[in-house]
Amino acid sequence: MFRFIARRLLETIPVLFIIITATFFMVRFVPGGPFDSEKATTPEIRANLEAYYGLNLPLHQQYFNYLKAIAQGDLGRSTKYASRTVNEIIADKLPTSLQLGGLSLLIALILGLTAGTLAAVKRNTKIDYTASSFAMVGICVPTFVLGPLLVLIFSIHLGWFSASGWYDWQDRVLPSLTLGIVYAAGIARLTRGGMLEVLNQDYIRTARAKGASEARVIFKHALRGGLLPVVSYLGPAIAGILTGSFVIETIFQIPGLGREFVNSAFNRDYTLVLGTVILYAVLIIALNLIVDVVQVWLNPKLKFE
Amino acid sequence: MLSPAPDKLPSADVAPAQLERGVSPWRDAWHRLRRNHLSVFGGVVLIFLSLLCVVGPWFSPYEYQQTNLDNTFSPPSAEHWLGTDQLGRDLLTRLMYGGRISLMVGLVATFVALTIGVIYGAIAGFFGGKLDRAMMRIVDILYALPFTIFVILLMVFFGRNIILLFVAIGAVEWLTMARIVRGQIMSIKRMEFIEAARSLGLGTRRIIFRHMIPNILGPIIVYTTLTIPGVMLLEAFLSFLGLGVQPPMSSWGVLIKDGAERMEEYPWLLIFPGTVFSLTLFSLNFLGDGLRDALDVRAAKD
Repeated sequence: MFRFIARRLLETIPVLFIIITATFFMVRFVPGGPFDSEKATTPEIRANLEAYYGLNLPLHQQYFNYLKAIAQGDLGRSTKYASRTVNEIIADKLPTSLQLGGLSLLIALILGLTAGTLAAVKRNTKIDYTASSFAMVGICVPTFVLGPLLVLIFSIHLGWFSASGWYDWQDRVLPSLTLGIVYAAGIARLTRGGMLEVLNQDYIRTARAKGASEARVIFKHALRGGLLPVVSYLGPAIAGILTGSFVIETIFQIPGLGREFVNSAFNRDYTLVLGTVILYAVLIIALNLIVDVVQVWLNPKLKFE
Repeated sequence: MLSPAPDKLPSADVAPAQLERGVSPWRDAWHRLRRNHLSVFGGVVLIFLSLLCVVGPWFSPYEYQQTNLDNTFSPPSAEHWLGTDQLGRDLLTRLMYGGRISLMVGLVATFVALTIGVIYGAIAGFFGGKLDRAMMRIVDILYALPFTIFVILLMVFFGRNIILLFVAIGAVEWLTMARIVRGQIMSIKRMEFIEAARSLGLGTRRIIFRHMIPNILGPIIVYTTLTIPGVMLLEAFLSFLGLGVQPPMSSWGVLIKDGAERMEEYPWLLIFPGTVFSLTLFSLNFLGDGLRDALDVRAAKD
């Protein structure tokens, strides 16, 4: 297992290197620079600004400087907000986005696993049909329709939760629910499928024959195998939740990193764009690695190779 | 699995009266599909919506960009069946017009993804060995990358051009198709008819495209049907962030974005586009699921 993790980590280095290089040059070659929007910058001020950010150096020089800085964990200074470093902005905004993502994932897991297990155990009953149609709705109604609809019902008409901001728990319910329901639907479908497959297997019959209670059969014996498809779905789901938060943060006006990223792209804030892309890539790759380890741990048939 | 390909069925040149009528695998699948009510429903809805979007605007008394500032935010009425928006534009006309764009993005970008995925997967599966391992490792790695972020960057940086939108979305959505095609190609690679084709001295390209691909059309069709909703979702996602289709053109994503901004006072602006869009995704998913069962595609199951 240690070797597996070590090899995957080694593999990550060239991948990250390619991402950094590709983004760096893409950002540099696009039309429009970070100081275009500032009104009436004189050539002198512009030259000073460029010198300050090292943008007057030859391109390869800028690139090597950037690599050197990242190696030391320094993502540079924002070209939009001159007084702030990218590290500060990330430290400021990331916790909010992680909280939103974490809550959504939690909701997705609780709702999805419950609905999926119920549907599988009570196969072809009303419970199953209800859970399965709920899952279909979750898959087909996108977050940017569901979010505003939930606001319309629960915030504007019923007044239970607030429609924007990120201060207390009432602000957190609707955004997390919106983002969570979509993935709850996917998890419910996979859990149902996985559980149905497992429940037909011999070892479940053996467990029942030996007099294990129904609850024990389901939670102790079946769930472990039935969860496998869910675990392999978690990798893409986590990536989806992270990028999905861009829209959620826009709808609910949450001051998170996703919104900051979209704005930074519009502002041509080179350093902030680069910093966020690298951060998201690292996060997603790391979470995928964890998912892979959990998968092998759950399924002894798979080996770390 | 659908082998042999329908055009190579022996029943085609044997006198049909003598034998029990052979049923082609496609006809067989069609019968199974027809028994699945939800899929039929999905198919009918899709045909209806496509016709409505393609033909509808010709019969509408309004143009999609025609504004009428005396009649803004009109609720649904006899003149404007679905009401009007902030500039007094007819919502039904804009919905039909936006549907053209959304459906077109869905089809064209899926076609891009299909082309890349099939060629990539076929090459990896056919040649196998080290090449296959390297190519599939690349797919694994790409799976783990925040691709949506790159699409966003592309759209922001290079103007929001609709051709770029097709290519960018297609370039993101081909990965699963490549995996499925590779698996299918590997499973038929050792079959006799491929051996036969090879011993006849046919070239690799001809074997792959004339003999192998027609035999794995089932999974390809199923997965294509399931890719379209993903693609349309991504387009709407980008349009919602203001990065997709630009005004005065519209797409369902654009209409949903506009509607969401004004839903408090004028909920119909969100509810109609939202419903139509969700209904389309619903239908495509049901049709795809039904096709998967009808064509008995095991590889693509959850």
